[in-house]
Amino acid sequence: MSVAMIFAVAGLVATGTFLVTSRSLSRIVLGFALLGHAAVLALLASGGRAGSPPIVDGESTPDTANPLPQALSLTAIVISFGLTLFVLALARRQQVLTGDDLVEDDVEDRRIATTHEVREAAVDETRELETLHEFPEGGS
Amino acid sequence: MNAVVGLCVVLPLFGSALVLGLRRKPTARDAITVSTMAGVTGMAAALLAHVDRNGTVVLGVGDWAPDLGIVLVADLFAALILLVASATILVVELFAIGQRRTPAGADPAVVSPILLVLAGGVSLAILTGDLFTLFVAFELILVASYVLLTHQGRESQVRSGMTYVVINLFASTLFLFGVAIVYSATGTVNMALLAERIPELPGATQVGIGLWFLVVFGTKAAIFPLFSWLPDSYPTAPTTITAVFAGLLTKIGVYVLIRFFTLMDLEQLGPLLLVVAGLTMIVGVAGALAQDDVKRILSFHVVSQIGYMIMGLGLFTVAGVAGAVLFLIHQIPVKTVMFLAGGLIEDDQGTSALKKVGGLATSKPVIAVLFALPALSLAGLPPFSGFIAKLALVDAGISSGAYVIVAVSLVGSILTLLSMTKIWLGAFWGEVTPAAVPASSRRSVTIMQTAAGVAVAGTIAIAVVAGPLWRMSEQVAADLIERTPYIVDVLGPTATEVDR
Repeated sequence: MSVAMIFAVAGLVATGTFLVTSRSLSRIVLGFALLGHAAVLALLASGGRAGSPPIVDGESTPDTANPLPQALSLTAIVISFGLTLFVLALARRQQVLTGDDLVEDDVEDRRIATTHEVREAAVDETRELETLHEFPEGGS
Repeated sequence: MNAVVGLCVVLPLFGSALVLGLRRKPTARDAITVSTMAGVTGMAAALLAHVDRNGTVVLGVGDWAPDLGIVLVADLFAALILLVASATILVVELFAIGQRRTPAGADPAVVSPILLVLAGGVSLAILTGDLFTLFVAFELILVASYVLLTHQGRESQVRSGMTYVVINLFASTLFLFGVAIVYSATGTVNMALLAERIPELPGATQVGIGLWFLVVFGTKAAIFPLFSWLPDSYPTAPTTITAVFAGLLTKIGVYVLIRFFTLMDLEQLGPLLLVVAGLTMIVGVAGALAQDDVKRILSFHVVSQIGYMIMGLGLFTVAGVAGAVLFLIHQIPVKTVMFLAGGLIEDDQGTSALKKVGGLATSKPVIAVLFALPALSLAGLPPFSGFIAKLALVDAGISSGAYVIVAVSLVGSILTLLSMTKIWLGAFWGEVTPAAVPASSRRSVTIMQTAAGVAVAGTIAIAVVAGPLWRMSEQVAADLIERTPYIVDVLGPTATEVDR
């Protein structure tokens, strides 16, 4: 069971991470759903081997499953469900505003980086002109 | 006093539910919000006085034994930060009441209840003695912050909000994996029990757990290289919200980093923390120098200042951690005030871009004073609190022989001063630019300036009471480094014997 669990978690994490790194928010939502499942499975696996249902009859036998990770998983599922809805709402808003749901770059940062590049390009150009001036034959 | 610990978490959430039903009654809404936050601040002050005199208060939620149920632990560290954090939220709420009539102001019907949820989450994150409850507290804070950041639904907010949400969701998922890893390695999520069991694990497992949580908490705290989401998202939100975020969210990450790394005795990661701290300081302040908008410069400073606290933690000495604690106490209000002052500029001029603002020192001297005092404190000039906190850190660094990081931190301070001068030259000197049209009402400007003034007075008060604060910080650090006080307080004196 453990080995199957490892492969399931690994597969979910790989697919989830791949989807999350995408630019489209709808894919990111799917990615987080998968990652959330992977985390819950990992939590369950951390509780040790599977066993008979705990708490039900108020007694614990040696083969009772560990109830704590199950409680933690339930909480995690509820939280990730709520957040999935929030991200979906955000994607919808983005679609209303811009017509798509792509995550964009930091506009202001791009602007500052470009001003720098432009300035550098200008400097390069001046240098090129100077070089041309020194070697009028084209630098040969 | 046990009940007070629980109330600090429950009262804001209860207040939030009340306020949510009062959409149409702004006066009642503001009264309830302010009195709730004032109540939490008062309780935090009482808690601090009690903890300082009688020692740690531990509340087993539902009266379960500490190793079975959830515990809330109010030790001196928690009580100190809780008081500073709730007082800061209170001041920001006052500012928000003034700002609600201005054009750029956030919708108070949304901000009041969600700010209270945020306050509840902050209290829970500070007080919890349980790793999974810490996850829940982080989620509470983050969900509140997602809503606060994007509720106006402007294009820039949705765009940067997406980056913020995606990165923090990813960090939360990693946190959940971290809980699973820790649970399978130790069989508990109670922090006091973890403090006993993690140091007994094989060295590689310890380092693995430490690195994993460095990434998780480091993303929340915006350390290098995990900070890129911060300067992008913070400036797009309305002032009040940015002020709360800058003052509290990253600092809660730092608080948890300090708590986790000292409690789990992860001293072997100290050198790595120092490298990260140095890079955070320099990269953050370099980013600030490149910007030309008040809010964006300040956002990069949030990153840069995180480095100083990580530096204190990375030294893993009593003096270093005490410096980090004092720096944390100084940063929460100072950073908030800086953003409130930035908000006053934006409110007066209609923008915070340095190119379009000028001459405020002559046209609006009050704003100039409200900006200059915390700016000098941030740069670390005497006699302000920033100087005392930085002196403590530099002193700790020199006595541990970590000269490189001390040099880096001093360079960082000078660059901080340089970028503050940039704001000063751009916004306060030069040609007087006309005020924004339509101007905010005189009454709301008065309320906003008073709130910011109270906060500035608070930051100066930190320098005045630096003596007792330093004594408390040293005691906090001594307890954190020694580790046993926390374990004994939570599990009782016999528990350590039984487990061995």
